[in-house]
Amino acid sequence: MTQSVVIQVGQCGNQIGCCFWDLALREHAAVNQKAIYDEAISSFFRNVDTRVVGDGGSISRGKICSLKARAVLIDMEEGVVNEILQGPLRDVFDSKQLITDISGSGNNWAVGHKVFGSLYQEQILEKLRKSAEHCDCLQCFFIIHSMGGGTGSGLGTFLLKVLEDEFPEVYRFVTSVYPSGEDDVITSPYNSMLAMKELNEHADCVLPIDNQSLFDIISKIDLMVNSGKLGTTIKPKSLVTSSVGAFKKRQEKPFDAMNNIVANLLLNLTSSARFEGSLNMDLNEISMNLVPFPQLHYLVSSLTPLYTLADVNIPSRRLDQMFSDAFSKDHQLIRADPKHSLYLACALMVRGNVQISDLRRNIERLKPSLRFVSWNQEGWKTSLCSVPPVGHSHSLLALANNTCVKPTFIELRERFTRLYRKRAHLHHYLQIEGMEESCFTEAMSSLSALIQEYNQLDATKSMPAEELPRLSVAV
Amino acid sequence: MSIVTVQLGQCGNQIGFEVFDALFSDSHCPQGLCSKRENEAYQASCKERFFSEEENGVPIARAVLVDMEPKVINQTLSKAAHSGRWKYGQHSCFCQKQGSGNNWAYGYSVHGPRHEDSIMNLIQKEVEKCDSLNGFFIIMSMAGGTGSGLGAFVTQNLQDQYSSPLKMNQIIWPYGTGEVIVQNYNSILTLSHLYRSSDALLVHENDAVHKICAKLMNIKQISFRDINQVLAHQLGSVFQPTYSGEGSFHYRRNPLGAFKDPALYTSWLEPVHAFSVWKTQRAFSKYEKSAALVSNSQFLVKPLDMIVGKAWNMFASKAYIHQYTKFGIEEEDFLDSFTLLEQVIASYCNLGF
Repeated sequence: MTQSVVIQVGQCGNQIGCCFWDLALREHAAVNQKAIYDEAISSFFRNVDTRVVGDGGSISRGKICSLKARAVLIDMEEGVVNEILQGPLRDVFDSKQLITDISGSGNNWAVGHKVFGSLYQEQILEKLRKSAEHCDCLQCFFIIHSMGGGTGSGLGTFLLKVLEDEFPEVYRFVTSVYPSGEDDVITSPYNSMLAMKELNEHADCVLPIDNQSLFDIISKIDLMVNSGKLGTTIKPKSLVTSSVGAFKKRQEKPFDAMNNIVANLLLNLTSSARFEGSLNMDLNEISMNLVPFPQLHYLVSSLTPLYTLADVNIPSRRLDQMFSDAFSKDHQLIRADPKHSLYLACALMVRGNVQISDLRRNIERLKPSLRFVSWNQEGWKTSLCSVPPVGHSHSLLALANNTCVKPTFIELRERFTRLYRKRAHLHHYLQIEGMEESCFTEAMSSLSALIQEYNQLDATKSMPAEELPRLSVAV
Repeated sequence: MSIVTVQLGQCGNQIGFEVFDALFSDSHCPQGLCSKRENEAYQASCKERFFSEEENGVPIARAVLVDMEPKVINQTLSKAAHSGRWKYGQHSCFCQKQGSGNNWAYGYSVHGPRHEDSIMNLIQKEVEKCDSLNGFFIIMSMAGGTGSGLGAFVTQNLQDQYSSPLKMNQIIWPYGTGEVIVQNYNSILTLSHLYRSSDALLVHENDAVHKICAKLMNIKQISFRDINQVLAHQLGSVFQPTYSGEGSFHYRRNPLGAFKDPALYTSWLEPVHAFSVWKTQRAFSKYEKSAALVSNSQFLVKPLDMIVGKAWNMFASKAYIHQYTKFGIEEEDFLDSFTLLEQVIASYCNLGF
């Protein structure tokens, strides 16, 4: 079994990260009743004897003593990290695995990337190496950040190059929160554009998320909960957005509920690697199956169900509804409509009491309404994990490599162009050492090239599949 | 005469367990529907073939378990131990921490050479426990990374190291639609490599077994366990001891007459040479009458052609190729595989009737 290290950068990254650790503890507590430190827990947590001073406290087997998250927390302001360290999760984090500063990045990618990047490079490397040393077999880095700000966007993407150079064998999975249309950070198009280039070049897999979609999902859930359909009640613990039973106090801000969704995404993504099942899927299988060409590594995700109705007997009709929902545009974590775009590849990761026949029945049922690229007509990757998430009897995470990401990128390019054309706020960036106009134009080219690749694929959508002549052999 | 089983990857290990379980259950079945002497001979023969001397009375499967990540092997070992009736050898497994990522190239070019010595040593130890070795039974899937890639590598090694014992590979043909996206690549690479080093490939298609579960057995919610058990039942009925030839057993109506129809066979093959009957009075798995058919026929042409076609289509677009070249499997290797398999298809198609 392998381990993963989570690197949470910036305000957004750390807030989501915090939700993730909370949920992870909850999940393992529910599964691991005897509090034995097993391989599943070790994928994300170390077992430490806190009485031992210094570094020697790691315990590899036996009872759980004190769990420490395999995490590195980075923020150039202290507010969020301090709140975490004073909150109920404070003992879960290793105080030595933090990198903070006071002044913040001022929503400026260049400050995050160039200034703080060079300032903290050594420290970052040191913390990462430490994390890696604590792992028996490190397989994956999960980077969580937002694209629109300065720290998550700039320093977060600076990290990617460092990880690539220092740990070339370890996968880099990036969860990136893209700015919505009504973003209040004026320079977010610049930050996102500059960050995109780094994601294009140094990430193995990117899971784009946008706040608007998360918000829409939450609103829909609230609507369903409050409408109270006759005879049905929703189990509060089962809400994907819920903090019930969490270590943290339930807060009223919608961000908490939104962050919980992303945290669930990460938990479900890694479930088949951590827990047993009849068809396992390890993290290295995700990029193997879903990334047909190195550039095209953006995966649209959807989670179902978002809540469970209280009646325990789930007939297969309901199960099938779960599969249908996964493909509806209302359940995607970014504004995207995969059903009406072109699939390059699709992965279905199922948890709970679902068998291969349920999976196959639903693939057969949904296939005709989905369009797959001609060279990957049967482009499905599936996994069955026996352990369901807390509060649910089953769940489904769908990851799609689909041209429906294109609109997000096109919109980003448009917003960038509107700002860049007027050269608005450019001086904030150009005054940073190492920044030139070419940084912007190169980033723009990189994104345009990516959009063009998606365009070319989309163009094949309506063309009939070409039957290429097979090799003819002499017998 | 003993058989050493090598179970590779998740599929290989999950099936392997069911096979040993089916063999054990059948051989210890009290209702053999035959004489006591007959039953004892049957049991002894099965035991010698598949199990070695007991420690504290529990037979140990003659098997080597290989996987590149620990979850499945751990499960398999504990399921066997829990049954209390038979188990796997304590030191018969080889496990790593990180799987092959559904990457044939990784299984073949990285894991293979890296762990060659350890794996071959384990197999050697198992061979030494046999009084006389009949052959190897290698259970693997084609769609993934370990069973397929490492399986091909191990089979090659077995060919080099043990040239006379029979090497039979049980290969699992994936569902036509999606278990693994790169399953067609992994399959053609596996088949072309096994072609050169295996003596016989016993094929089971997931789609076909699934249909059996659905249509013949009426199972509503089919799990992989159901599928594996059907498979194990079929393999068990093929492997359990029988006698050859006509012997003293006669069937009242001879259903086997149909198999003597020359129309079934090619012009250069006489039915009497093509068709062999092996019988035993002893019932298999409590069935009063049962029969198993193993055939070498054109049945494989359609599925093989389909896989080669899909793989070729994907190869033309070069999709996913970078994942293979990363670990030393080049486009040349793909082309070699395609060429070889097209020849196999053509050979089967051109069987002169």
